[in-house]
Amino acid sequence: MITLDRAKKGHILRIVAIENPEVRAQVIRFGISEGEMVKCSEVIPAGPIIICKNRQEIAFGRNLAQSITVDLV
Amino acid sequence: MTHHHDITQEIRVPREVKKIVLAGNPNAGKSVFFNAFTGMYVDVSNYPGTTLEISHGRWGDDVIIDTPGVYGISSFNDEERIARDIILGADVVINVVNALYLERDLFLTQQIIDTGVPVVVALNMVDEAARQGLSIDTAKLSEMLGVPVVPTVAVKKRGFEQLESEIKRARPGHLTPGLEPLLKTMTGQLNNQGDVLLTLEGDASVAERHGVEPGKYRDEIYSMRRRWVNEIVSSCVKEVDQGFNFKRFLSGMMVHPFTGIPFLGLVLYVIYQVVGVFIAGTVVDFLENDIMGAYYQPFITDLVGHFVAGDSAIGTILVGEFGILTMTVIYVLGLLMPLVVGFYFFLSLFEDCGYLPRMAALMDRVLSSIGLNGRAIIPLILGFGCVTMATFVTRILGSDRERFIAIFLLGLVVPCSAQMAVVAGMLAGLGASYLVLYFLVICTVFIVAGTVLNHVLPGSSSHLLLDLPPLRLPEWGNVFKKTWKKSFGFLKEATPLFALGALIISIFQISGILTLLQKLLAPLTVGWLHLPREAATAFIMGIVRRDFGAAGFMTMDLTPLQTVVALITITLFVPCIASLLMIFKERGMKQALLICTAIWTIAFIVGGLVSRLVAAVGMGNITGALLMVVALGALGYIILLVCRCILRPAEGSKTL
Repeated sequence: MITLDRAKKGHILRIVAIENPEVRAQVIRFGISEGEMVKCSEVIPAGPIIICKNRQEIAFGRNLAQSITVDLV
Repeated sequence: MTHHHDITQEIRVPREVKKIVLAGNPNAGKSVFFNAFTGMYVDVSNYPGTTLEISHGRWGDDVIIDTPGVYGISSFNDEERIARDIILGADVVINVVNALYLERDLFLTQQIIDTGVPVVVALNMVDEAARQGLSIDTAKLSEMLGVPVVPTVAVKKRGFEQLESEIKRARPGHLTPGLEPLLKTMTGQLNNQGDVLLTLEGDASVAERHGVEPGKYRDEIYSMRRRWVNEIVSSCVKEVDQGFNFKRFLSGMMVHPFTGIPFLGLVLYVIYQVVGVFIAGTVVDFLENDIMGAYYQPFITDLVGHFVAGDSAIGTILVGEFGILTMTVIYVLGLLMPLVVGFYFFLSLFEDCGYLPRMAALMDRVLSSIGLNGRAIIPLILGFGCVTMATFVTRILGSDRERFIAIFLLGLVVPCSAQMAVVAGMLAGLGASYLVLYFLVICTVFIVAGTVLNHVLPGSSSHLLLDLPPLRLPEWGNVFKKTWKKSFGFLKEATPLFALGALIISIFQISGILTLLQKLLAPLTVGWLHLPREAATAFIMGIVRRDFGAAGFMTMDLTPLQTVVALITITLFVPCIASLLMIFKERGMKQALLICTAIWTIAFIVGGLVSRLVAAVGMGNITGALLMVVALGALGYIILLVCRCILRPAEGSKTL
């Protein structure tokens, strides 16, 4: 298990836990919830992590990514 | 207790008229439907306390109301709150759904269905979905949702007739499985199913409106809905693999620093050429001098002259140097309007083609170190057009803390286009080393001020969580409409402030306060900044209009060092009176006074320091410039340490 900010471009990840309840509620609308599989499509060096789920891309600020736990698949 | 906070009160729709509401995710294509249904006759109303404009128009005997694009309805931001209130008050909802992103868009669809309102779904962009290898079973989708589903291609006006006829057949759909027992727990307390749903989902403002406790079922309901939507999608959508995608490649290029920063540079250069050079130069010159100056000003002065003497107090207020009918009108129409339209055009263009969120993602790293997130790039860039407009736009930022930081930095370091033109003109004559010095000082102040604020302000800034919609070619009709709507909204908000500003300045002029202020300021300019006495006049004029201030120095006989010190000070010095008033409006009296005092102090301290440092270390060499930056950086660091020592124990007690 790692936090999302440690993911690398191309990684396939399973979301384990999203700490912040507000963020959890917001990303579940995008189809990202605990247990879902996503792909890391871009990492901006020292910046946001972009993940891809069903053709749609979402950018997570680095601090936010640190609070999301994922499993490398 | 079924009343909602009704948007129809804002836009005066008679009770008996049916309210058809357009709802959907951002970029789903709602506005194309709205324009097609309503044609030319559209009214726009501003929702109090936001920059959001809600459009509504007639459709036969009914009224169609547009809503901001949202991913769900609750209280996460202004867009959601407004969409929620409008949807809760709707008779029928036309839910525009992007066929490419059903997993995401159907979440909102199902949430709207769960409120119990009659719904018809417009399944938009079916052509693009087919091209990308998606096959969607519309009949099955309609069966599972329990509402009519009409395939459409909005930009080609396909499916509109069928949609119009299906509006009559809109009906409440199937609830998310498992939701009904939960809804039943509140029967008897609230009558309206939508209110019950949002209360259960923990929406504090809906609960408060009905005097009940917000529920604790958000996670549970959202998870049920997510599972249900995933099930719908897997039953209705078949996907064929798509392979290499050029848009995806371009998108990656835009957010990666190595390629994204040069691209952003190019984009900013284009904006600069169009807005900064063409509009601010050619267009403004033409409007301000050839049209307003040559025709309007003599006309209005003459007209007013028939009733009151031009040199009387009232005459001065109306048509004097800073008159409400002269300066305000000429400034707003001749200078501000073209600039605002230019900037909003680019903003709308980038929003429409999907570049804006990528720009924000790219800049997030840099801006997060000064307590802002990537979104703040929007007001900061707008600031180079007009600081008043940028201050207004800071409302899009996620937290009060970010709005404070952004407004402070805009007031302190960002020169508006009017001022930049004069500053650039004066710097050009001084040679490269002074130009470098100017930029280094301004950038250092920007970074130091931002870092200090980020450290001393309590709380934390909001995180970046951005949907990156697919890149697409801009829809020009949309871009122009958005440009017009935003420009109009801003000018409506700002014109009274410019008029009030002109009034204040005129009163200062008549009563002699202006001269008094100039006298009071003189010791500071002579003694501390080593500038001639008359420089005080330029500083005061800088408040009237920032470019007046900078232009005031042109007529003085200054050494290169004096020029650069004067320009640095005036750039940092307060924004013009309209942005000052906007700061008061946005931040309230106490904070605005604090911001102004801080900005004034910083401007003069930095100006004086530069003057002394250059005199000490000499100019025109790398060492001097480096020393300057080191000195300012060190000063900033000391300020930071002092602030930390003083503020750490008191943290939490200070509220912003």
